[in-house]
Amino acid sequence: MPHPVPHRVVITGIGWVTPLGHDIESVWARLLRGESGIGPTSRFDASTFPTRFAAQVKGDYDYRRFVTRPELHEGVGLNSGFALGAASQAWKAAGLDKFAGLDHERLGIYLGSGEGSLDFENYVAANLAGWDNEKRQLDAVRWAAAALGRMDAVREVEQEPNMPLTHLALEFGAQGPAYNCLTACAASTQAIGEATHVLRRGDADVMLTGGAHTMIHPFGVTGFNRLTALSTRNDTCLTASRPFSVDRDGFVLGEGAGMIVLETLEHATKRGATVLAEVVGYGSSADAYRITDIQPEGRGAIASMRQALDSAGLKPEDIHYISAHGTGTKENDSIETLGVKAVFGAHAKSVPMSSVKSMFGHLIAAAGAVELITCVLAIRDGKMPPTINLRQPDPRCDLDYVPNAARSGKVDVCLSNSFGFGGQNDTLIIRRFQG
Amino acid sequence: MQMSRRVLITGLGPITGLGAGIEPTWQRVLANATAIGPITSFDPAGFPCRIAAEVRDFKVSNHVPKSHRKSVKVMARDTELAVAAADMASRDAKLHTRGNVVEAPAASPGSPAAEPKLSYAPSRVGAHIGAGLIAAELNELTDALSHARDANGNFDIHKWGSEGMPQLTPLWLLKYLPNMLACHVTIIHDAQGPSNTITCGEASGALSIGESMRVIQRGAADACFCGGAESKLNPMAFLRQGLTGRLNTVDNDRPAQAVRPYAADAAGTVIGEGGAIVVIEDAETFRARAAAAASGGENDVPRAYATLLGFGASQTINPATRNLQPDAEGRGLALAIRAALREAAIDPSHIDLIVPVGLGVPEYDRAELAAIVRALGPKALDIPRVSVKPLAGNCGAGAGSLDFCVAAKAVAEQTLPVPGGKPAKIRAALVLSTSLGGQNAALVLGPAPG
Repeated sequence: MPHPVPHRVVITGIGWVTPLGHDIESVWARLLRGESGIGPTSRFDASTFPTRFAAQVKGDYDYRRFVTRPELHEGVGLNSGFALGAASQAWKAAGLDKFAGLDHERLGIYLGSGEGSLDFENYVAANLAGWDNEKRQLDAVRWAAAALGRMDAVREVEQEPNMPLTHLALEFGAQGPAYNCLTACAASTQAIGEATHVLRRGDADVMLTGGAHTMIHPFGVTGFNRLTALSTRNDTCLTASRPFSVDRDGFVLGEGAGMIVLETLEHATKRGATVLAEVVGYGSSADAYRITDIQPEGRGAIASMRQALDSAGLKPEDIHYISAHGTGTKENDSIETLGVKAVFGAHAKSVPMSSVKSMFGHLIAAAGAVELITCVLAIRDGKMPPTINLRQPDPRCDLDYVPNAARSGKVDVCLSNSFGFGGQNDTLIIRRFQG
Repeated sequence: MQMSRRVLITGLGPITGLGAGIEPTWQRVLANATAIGPITSFDPAGFPCRIAAEVRDFKVSNHVPKSHRKSVKVMARDTELAVAAADMASRDAKLHTRGNVVEAPAASPGSPAAEPKLSYAPSRVGAHIGAGLIAAELNELTDALSHARDANGNFDIHKWGSEGMPQLTPLWLLKYLPNMLACHVTIIHDAQGPSNTITCGEASGALSIGESMRVIQRGAADACFCGGAESKLNPMAFLRQGLTGRLNTVDNDRPAQAVRPYAADAAGTVIGEGGAIVVIEDAETFRARAAAAASGGENDVPRAYATLLGFGASQTINPATRNLQPDAEGRGLALAIRAALREAAIDPSHIDLIVPVGLGVPEYDRAELAAIVRALGPKALDIPRVSVKPLAGNCGAGAGSLDFCVAAKAVAEQTLPVPGGKPAKIRAALVLSTSLGGQNAALVLGPAPG
């Protein structure tokens, strides 16, 4: 049976691996200075791709410097590597590395991590070896001979989306409820919302949650380029991510991980943990509209924000800051604006709303988690990160996007939006903790 | 006081090699007629395992309303199977959605069609669907790759960017996002409530059912599509499965006997295609719509198969194998079983049927039995335990929800899913699901309220 009174759920640890660095404080300082993590793509040779830049995690990142049991993770893919670094930071920040009383059967994990990267060279070589140029089709027998000789079990299994979860479970000994969800760009926001509910019911004491993802690989960029979803501003890539700007031309791929330690207030209090914020609201909806387009009135986004407000028992006026989905695509930014106006009414123009994707790029499945972490820090410091590169707003985007410079102000309650390709919408609300 | 709402299983939509829909599937289970046979989807001669349970004679367009027909082009096989399964589940539940109602004719020519009568407001219907890692169609991709070869025939990434990539259809990426199963289902059925895609290997389908149960319990939706579907019958996905070392490579010439869960000579599992989507509902809203259907004189009064009594999820830790093998003592899975039983508030002695993973891989089978004993006691080994894997293969993300359908039907019919079907009192049934990677799910079902 669920706990008779739903537990209050609090955030006690945060950690991230991002294109601007891989520790909380330095990255936060850079966000507040409005720095961009974007640069030429170096992960692979993109010199003839329509988009030749991305926001990459920098080369000095090595998950082995963060974990305590590197032998368990030898050969992990990028997603698991990002997840391990971010989660280890969050774990330490929460003081769980020094807490002997943890019941590992009541430690759960809910991630929104992406699929891994293909073993590109071997995959492509096997495909071409199996290609029958005359018949213009693959000869499966030839393909199998080539692929069986080239492909490696660990490398292949690492592409399964549950592998970051599996590695975190090994690293931290988690045996409680364990899930990975993959709702495109909404995944880690959804994971945090669902993890909150696992705790509310009392099915765990502590949940490690967030997401990890990279799509900065040849077929990831190919896929988004074919969809014409990416910015192609190759000559001025540092400023290519331009959410809400009239000249925005698509999003910029980012990568990394954001991880959060959530626990029941009861558990956090009992072990004397420092509470960073409380999760008070969560909403989830489907556009149920089209595979390729967002419902033009923002129906799904509106439903998700309203559910989050209702579940928190809050009114729009109670929200001090919105972390926008704000991808920098034509469609998203204007429809998100429309949705916020529908939900917030007259108050819409007085709520600051910014998109850190202007600096981080879009971490896809991991985006929501890093964005929620910026909300935790905004509450802590009373500072809102800017939307950079916003020199000329789109006339349809007429809200306060905290343009170009960070701002100080009262930030006790934040709402964070994430919307996924295909129409999944998720919204979280967190609040400054008051006992 | 947080009151947990009661959740009923009201529609079953299995689609596997055993058939499409619950009746043919059930009959095939009772006939003990396996769907495992030689692979025909591609030439398997180059693979050590050459048998599987394929879905044959299947056309997704039969399951898609006219308004969504164009989208069929951007569905991967996994999505097609989920869409068909959801269609069958909704019809089985007599759940009227925009995806299955026949629109009433317009009152007069030129006037708009009458609003179809839906069972629920769209915002009260959710979808939680388990999906696998979807492999790109190799013919389509390699055709494009073939435009990016250098003079020696090797791949040239410069040519890929300039000449290869443009060969791909603009929507190429959208075929392979795992959330597309749920996206197409929500679009077809106008399900605007909470929606999620669980990607935990073979545990995905069962975990998705658990997620829907939680969403209904907390009042965020009244009805949900849940379950999972997957097709690993393409060379890349099939190869990945082979590399895990779990496939049977010695019984290619006797497919019907290939999967032998718990047997001393178990020699590996076999891939199956498909899975199942089911409809679960809040008991109160279901009762209301059933009553409305009855009083309206409609002959489509829905019925409930069973009650979803409990759900548990957990993670197995096996550092020695980096979680790629189960824990021999079954500790992780036992935690999920105990949690599900605790919620169901039943004694282990009330479980009269277990639909286990029963993979037919010795290490997995032993670990599963260890978990059953650990959670339920040694007597639990005497509980009838029926694995569907010898018949339908291992359907990946769809495996748990297929098993769930068999359990729900068994509870409804009070019949054990053994050859010939054996009438029995089934007070509760337990469905188990585990993944490569160690995620576990357990679901407990009991009879529907009288």
